[in-house]
Amino acid sequence: MSLLRDATTIAHRNMIRIRRVPDVMVFVVVQPLMFVLLFAYVFGGSIDIPGGNYREFLIAGIFTQTVVFGATFTGSGLAEDMQKGLINRFRSLPMARSAVVAGRTISDVVYNALSIVVMSVAGLAVGWRIRGSILDAIVAYGLLLFFSYAFSWVMACIGLMVPTPEVVNNATFVILFPMTFIANTFVPSDSLPGVLKTIAEWNPVSTLTHAVRVRFGNIPAGTPEPTAWPLQNAMLYSLGFAVVLIVVFAPIATRLYQRTSK
Amino acid sequence: MKKYGAVTALDGLDLDVPGGTVLGLLGPNGAGKTTAVSILTTLTQPDAGSATVAGVDVMSDPRQVRSRIGLSGQYAAVDEHLTATENLEMIGRLYGMPRREARRRGLELLEQFRLTEAADRPLKTFSGGMRRRIDLAGALVADPPVLFLDEPTTGLDPRSRGELWETIRDRVRGGTTVLLTTQYLEEADQLADEIVVIDHGRAIAKGTAEELKRRVGGEHLDVHVSGVDNVRKAESILAAVAIGPLRVHADDGEVSAPVSNGVEALSTVLRALEAEHILIKDIGLRRPTLDDVFMELTGHEASTGAAS
Ligand SMILES: Nc1ncnc2c1ncn2[C@@H]1O[C@H](COP(=O)(O)OP(=O)(O)OP(=O)(O)O)[C@@H](O)[C@H]1O
Ligand SMILES: [Mg+2]
Repeated sequence: MSLLRDATTIAHRNMIRIRRVPDVMVFVVVQPLMFVLLFAYVFGGSIDIPGGNYREFLIAGIFTQTVVFGATFTGSGLAEDMQKGLINRFRSLPMARSAVVAGRTISDVVYNALSIVVMSVAGLAVGWRIRGSILDAIVAYGLLLFFSYAFSWVMACIGLMVPTPEVVNNATFVILFPMTFIANTFVPSDSLPGVLKTIAEWNPVSTLTHAVRVRFGNIPAGTPEPTAWPLQNAMLYSLGFAVVLIVVFAPIATRLYQRTSK
Repeated sequence: MKKYGAVTALDGLDLDVPGGTVLGLLGPNGAGKTTAVSILTTLTQPDAGSATVAGVDVMSDPRQVRSRIGLSGQYAAVDEHLTATENLEMIGRLYGMPRREARRRGLELLEQFRLTEAADRPLKTFSGGMRRRIDLAGALVADPPVLFLDEPTTGLDPRSRGELWETIRDRVRGGTTVLLTTQYLEEADQLADEIVVIDHGRAIAKGTAEELKRRVGGEHLDVHVSGVDNVRKAESILAAVAIGPLRVHADDGEVSAPVSNGVEALSTVLRALEAEHILIKDIGLRRPTLDDVFMELTGHEASTGAAS
């Protein structure tokens, strides 16, 4: 199928960059590593959670935050390609319509997988453990990657609408910081006040983090079962959310790509 | 027709390029050359009108069109982080070529463009002209039957320019059809079987280089004097015998006029200049060049030709 072949060609091209563009290396490898170590040593000892180990609680949150931010590559990469005129070149070639964006989202998954490996090794080194079954762990990793893949399509739309890669980065920070902080990524959502607690409970970042924590067996013993529906059905909710993102944003991104001309 | 807001970029342009020939699209900045290329290469949709490329309608079957064309846009569009080989291989793959063939073809083109030595360096270490040549090689990778080259030699040194011309001629001998936009009149003269001059999105003249030159009429009388005053005087003297607009390079002291009876005009002007005691550095009759055509048709000067 030509979509698959073209998307792979584009993804391959993006993969070559990881070796040649230092920014990519920093973002994919160094930053996630730094986050694990910073959070483990700076906050790990200072925050108490009842009946548990904060470091262990934290890892899933850092994973989620990293993969969600990792989706930004799709956006800034597309904006850069547009700025350099490459999108026009691609549009003049007999390739599948959605291959350029699809190729980006695929290479993001590879970047994210790499980040997750780095973070997992670092996590294990600072005392994090997978306490569930291997199968559960595989499901958890799969969910993280699938969610970030879906999120890449949202970023693709932003990337194709803005004039420069810098705008993508600024725009996404404004969206992504609240999204990853008004959540249970770094503190249990129960500790958040009123409205924020409700937002956090319905935030897909929370449900993703929760689902991953459960699969890794990283929920401290004695933690009360969540009362909010999304968290009770964290796996289902996160998966459904990701599917909806793809269904809505993939066609929009493809249209934007076709229409875009510079 | 194509509009960008209030700007009408193309206005009833009608082009017809017979297979295996080169059409030169000539026009000043903003004439609509790139817009025409964008429509024909399916990058933009026209607001009205239709076009077929290699027998395929650009609006109803853009994918088919794309598989039959090669485009090198006005600005080099290459991936700076990829090497020259990787860039060409990627483009070949996206045309649907098998990896090995794409690679082989890429290397062949690099050789042809004298870039073999730089083949494995990322393009960000390349000079502007080298990038430009990679971009052109990209248009040639799949040997498409129709080529669109938007100002292909802008930014190339004379040697590279000559080599590119040779490459294009070679393709055309092999049956490729080429649409070439340019501001270099010499380039159109060298390569194009037919030239269409456009301005404000409209074709204002078409024909072979010879036909166009003939259209501008007989001969041109060039006078070379020194001093601003003398240029002004020469201008009024020439205006009396001219049959079209004058061209004046005040800085160089050059005034040029299209004339109908060359010899008679020459002696009239010589006598008049002598009567005014103007020192003549040079005076002469010549056949019109495409520069004159351009000037006459668009009312403004083209950018200076490649070899001048
Ligand atoms: N994307 C765009 N948005 C708005 N106006 C545009 C756009 N592209 C072109 N135009 C306008 O359309 C007209 C024709 O532009 P075009 O780029 O086709 O000219 P050109 O002949 O290629 O000029 P040049 O020799 O400078 O490359 C110009 O007036 C230009 O300002
Ligand atoms: Mg142009």
